[in-house]
Amino acid sequence: MIDVNRQGEVWVFAEQHGGLLEDTPIELMSKGRHLADILGVQLGAMLLGDNVKGLAKKLIQYGADKVYLAEHPLLEHYQANSYTKIIYDLIHKYKPQIVIYGATAVGRDLGPRIASVTKAGLTADCTDLQIGDHKTTDGQMHKNLLFQIRPAFGGNIIATIINYDRWPQMATVREGVMAMPTPDTARKGQVITEKVQLSPEELPIEILEEHTRTKKVDLKAARIIVAGGAGVGSRDNFRLIWDLANCLGGAPAATRAAVDLGFIDHDHQVGQTGMTVRPSLYIAVGISGAIQHQSGMNQSQKIVAINNDPQAPIFDVAHYKIVGDLNEVVPKMIKAIKEKGFKEAIGEGK
Amino acid sequence: MAYNCVVLVKQVPDTKRITGKAMNDDGTVNRAALPAIFNPEDLNALEMALDIRDRFGGTVTVITMGLPAAVATLKDALYRGADEAILVTDARCAASDTLATSYILCCAVKRIKYDIVLCGRQAIDGDTAQVGPQLAEKLGIPQITYVEKPVEIEGRTITAQRNIGNGWQKVKTQLPVLLTVTGEANVPRIAAAKKMMKYKAAMTPAGVEQKIKAENPHAGADEIKELAVQKCSEMDKKGLLIEQWNLDLLKADLTWCGRSGSPTKVHRIQSVVLAAKETKSIEPTDDGLAGMIHELLEDKIIA
Repeated sequence: MIDVNRQGEVWVFAEQHGGLLEDTPIELMSKGRHLADILGVQLGAMLLGDNVKGLAKKLIQYGADKVYLAEHPLLEHYQANSYTKIIYDLIHKYKPQIVIYGATAVGRDLGPRIASVTKAGLTADCTDLQIGDHKTTDGQMHKNLLFQIRPAFGGNIIATIINYDRWPQMATVREGVMAMPTPDTARKGQVITEKVQLSPEELPIEILEEHTRTKKVDLKAARIIVAGGAGVGSRDNFRLIWDLANCLGGAPAATRAAVDLGFIDHDHQVGQTGMTVRPSLYIAVGISGAIQHQSGMNQSQKIVAINNDPQAPIFDVAHYKIVGDLNEVVPKMIKAIKEKGFKEAIGEGK
Repeated sequence: MAYNCVVLVKQVPDTKRITGKAMNDDGTVNRAALPAIFNPEDLNALEMALDIRDRFGGTVTVITMGLPAAVATLKDALYRGADEAILVTDARCAASDTLATSYILCCAVKRIKYDIVLCGRQAIDGDTAQVGPQLAEKLGIPQITYVEKPVEIEGRTITAQRNIGNGWQKVKTQLPVLLTVTGEANVPRIAAAKKMMKYKAAMTPAGVEQKIKAENPHAGADEIKELAVQKCSEMDKKGLLIEQWNLDLLKADLTWCGRSGSPTKVHRIQSVVLAAKETKSIEPTDDGLAGMIHELLEDKIIA
């Protein structure tokens, strides 16, 4: 643990695999930049790996003022023990006030280990980070703390967590909840190269095999999402979701229930155990709207919900409520889009 | 070669089956609306330990930290085949965050001879997945998180397959190790009728004392204590006494327990009140839908 220090920087763990940056740390750069600007401090990125120097420039373009670079052949593959050692040393040397990690498989493996060794606080799976003040019950005022905002109790409550006495203030942040920044190629920053000493005992895990696959669909990038729930009824009937998505140039998605029923695969899942998305338009078809699903889509700009149950909770977050049989409504909607889209296009003289 | 497994379990409110309002009007959690259950992925951790014992021999010890009522979860673990159960309970544990919890659990686990420590990937009340890795760090042992298949063990070498989000990884390390187990790893066995018969009466010493108090409403404190000691020793002989540990017994440094040991504090809790947006009802007719599509085009929501 380090003491409260107002000059401390804001840091982002720049997770990379095989020399490629993950999406989540890039998303975190925009949030980190924002927090650092409010606090009037610099934004640092921790970059660990083997031969990854080339990524430093990218991190600077995404908003970093400084990149703390730790390169070593033994850092090529992530391991909790070795990465914890390096990051622990960095934290103690530079005393950042905030450290944020992506809530990825690596971030969720690494973050707690660092929290334990630094004896600092860590809040998991945040959906938002803000700066704010906190007054303790005995009247003490703590200014400019990191508000770590996350759902808890299965999404039934939203908790704002703080740590005011033992720093750094740390959090893991869910994938997709922060917007992707646009790189600024003119940005300048500083690369600080750290000396790394590691011995094989610090790598107790041997990786025998690894299989990764790229997701078939990038829901985060989709402007329009058409999602189906258990109400769609069958994998065959899920064709309706694909058709509606296709005619809008959108991506098909699903609730956990629909995925569990085998209507579509997990890559398409939106919600607490899937992706968090915020498209311009989200069309929820046959989705009752469990809180776990809503937490993954309620930031969409416009929400259209189609359900035959007028009491379905999904209507509470919908801008357009359509009560009816999805098997009739969806084809009608496709027809309307095709006609309307054509007419508008003519009308605007395109 | 036999292995001693320690499984850490938690009694949690069933957040997936909420019966009423999850929150009281004063902002506290309405426990009555949330029935207490065995944290689902802890059942997978227990199953993994039982499977290791069945294949190689050894013991399975289950530990939980919680209120005295968490003894129900320990009994459930005994019904399913655990050899021993320990309740860590102490009023000074209250308000522990994940860091303080992992410290207290570390003090408890260190009292037991173990080869493998197992936890569920995460608990459904907090969904943090932090206690496992924090405990591994405090014990000074490696961790293998998100184990999604039964493990292989040879001598002191363990091989496990873990979920890494966009795929899987097979890793190898030397015991002792801490594993966190996902819901995909196995199908937890159900309670065995014979064991239920046996352990139905199992209790902690505090539970025994409470029962004696209820049965002898007019007895003095000394008498109750004496009767309790006697009853406990009887139950212990039958293997029905669930061990109960407090922070003194664990020799825990109180600065690292409870509120003082918890760097994270709650600033605010909000019940999820879904933003009452302006909702427009659309008739499911050609005209109604065409009108909506027109609006979405006008607002440049669709192009």
